[in-house]
Amino acid sequence: MTKVLLTEVALRDGSHVVAHQFTKEQVRYVTEMLSKANVPFIEVTHGDGLGGSSLQYGFSKVHDIELVEEAAKVAGDSKVSVLLIPGIGTISQLKDAHAAGARMVRVATHVTEADVSKQHIETARNMGMETIGFLMMSHSAPPEKVLEQALLMESYGAHAVYVTDSAGAMLPSDVRDRISLLRKNLKIDIGFHAHNNLSLAVANSLVAIEEGATRIDGSICCLGAGAGNTQTEVLVAVLERMGIETGVDLYPMLDLAEYVRNDILPHPQDITTGSLVMGYAGVYSSFLRHANVAAEKVGVDARDILVELGKLNVVGGQEDMILEVASEIAREKVGKI
Amino acid sequence: MSEKIKVGIIGSGNIGTDLMMKIMRSPYLEMSVLIGIDPHSEGLKRASDAGIHTITNGIDGFLEQPHLADILFDATSAKAHEVHVQKLEGLNKRLIDLTPAAVGPFVAPTVNLLEHIEKPVVNMITCGGQATIPIVRAIGDVQTVEYGEIVATIASKSAGPGTRANIDEFTETTANAIESVGGAKSGKAIIILNPAEPPLIMRDTVLCLLEEEVKDEQAIIDSVRQMVDKVQQYVPGYRLKMDPIIDGNKVTVFLEVEGLGDYLPIYAGNLDIMTAAGVKVGEEIAKSLIEKGERV
Repeated sequence: MTKVLLTEVALRDGSHVVAHQFTKEQVRYVTEMLSKANVPFIEVTHGDGLGGSSLQYGFSKVHDIELVEEAAKVAGDSKVSVLLIPGIGTISQLKDAHAAGARMVRVATHVTEADVSKQHIETARNMGMETIGFLMMSHSAPPEKVLEQALLMESYGAHAVYVTDSAGAMLPSDVRDRISLLRKNLKIDIGFHAHNNLSLAVANSLVAIEEGATRIDGSICCLGAGAGNTQTEVLVAVLERMGIETGVDLYPMLDLAEYVRNDILPHPQDITTGSLVMGYAGVYSSFLRHANVAAEKVGVDARDILVELGKLNVVGGQEDMILEVASEIAREKVGKI
Repeated sequence: MSEKIKVGIIGSGNIGTDLMMKIMRSPYLEMSVLIGIDPHSEGLKRASDAGIHTITNGIDGFLEQPHLADILFDATSAKAHEVHVQKLEGLNKRLIDLTPAAVGPFVAPTVNLLEHIEKPVVNMITCGGQATIPIVRAIGDVQTVEYGEIVATIASKSAGPGTRANIDEFTETTANAIESVGGAKSGKAIIILNPAEPPLIMRDTVLCLLEEEVKDEQAIIDSVRQMVDKVQQYVPGYRLKMDPIIDGNKVTVFLEVEGLGDYLPIYAGNLDIMTAAGVKVGEEIAKSLIEKGERV
């Protein structure tokens, strides 16, 4: 079996968990340790990608270009990656990230909107970056649609395309259907990015590998939005037991996990009611913290907000809907009294 | 109104065709010529069915019969617009640019319409800019806006290939205009495409950080409401989803833009607010030309 390439996303997806307050020291230390453990790709960006620092998603404590620069100093043989969501981030910011030392970019679009990524993928390729297409909310489109959009990204020049389960809503059969169809029809590598909202992240990652995915995302200690991602250190251990090579050393990852648990995580990454409901209702994982804040502010149940957002088919990035939906639920409640 | 100014539209796609339908109702503008490059386009077919001149070889075709229009709307792309500006130089035509080229000064009708009425080229910013910048300005009329951010969410079906191929132009042009027209010290814009079925109506959220805490909440709410009334005069489906939410120095305004359903269905408020704002600017230019008794 071919080698599986891991991308550690705690310093990007985990940005949601810490409300985008990562410090330079944290980024430097985590990157240094990941590099020592031979993790090939380390993603460092605001949770919503380059340019994500905003009122809509939360301001970064430290500008993400500075964090990329800090990570690049100590990344060694590992490559620093950035996330870019066209519509939020721009090519000009991608160039800044490249100048700061980013060597990989994941250009992310909603699963049906791949054609907005053309310019960004082409530019990244021209700059010599490892260039990945990232199809968010892949659970929400049938496999044939995911394939159609993945083919677009391949045609723009992406080195690989990810099936991204942003809502942590996919069942193992959903992963199997999508990855196997892509594997049959694409020439480039296929990746899978999970969220553990239904406690399926490791299992789904294994199914993806079985069907031919060779790039998998993980977050150490599940430091990612919602219930976090595939827990990297667990995946490393499991793949080692299965005889699937990742090149990543387990013990340094376990040491780093202790640091993350004690010094970064504001609370243990459980599958809380909120994250479970997101997986169940198919809601973008980074909405969790915003929904909890809004629920407290207007005095409604966060579950009601999340379920309503699911019904409205809200896509990634529409955080402004959270306060609006919360306010509407509160108004209806008042109306009933 | 007996006297009208002749206008032409360059571009026979979604925006050009919707514009044509609105101009045909205008008391000040005469829909004279639609200029396209694809003879089979739906827009050109509609134009010739309606008895309007059509040109199928682009701007060069118009240069052969420039008497057909005194005001031209450009509904092509930023790159094409720059070529059009060069080719039309010296012909004394007025150009209203609906692309994000940002060659001419930015205009939002309720904010700075008359300021640029004499300029040879004006730019209509972006759909998200037309929907939100008046609100940034309305808040800024009460207290200084330190930072203005807007989030425009549009139905996937309403985003044409031009928008999709150049999405950075949307975010960058809108952000610039939040500063230069909206009056915020710094601006940011985000656009999101949502493929939900049935398609959702365009939504816009304006988030502002003021230099100081809000002193008079009612003054801000009143100013925003008045601005919404003004925009409604040319975009009837423009409305507040709820009253502004004010929290310390932060003001959040939720808007919805329902279109008239001229060319694309009503969900495409993004298309409508651009074309309606463009027509509004065209009418003001026409009025000023008529008043001066001048034909350009």
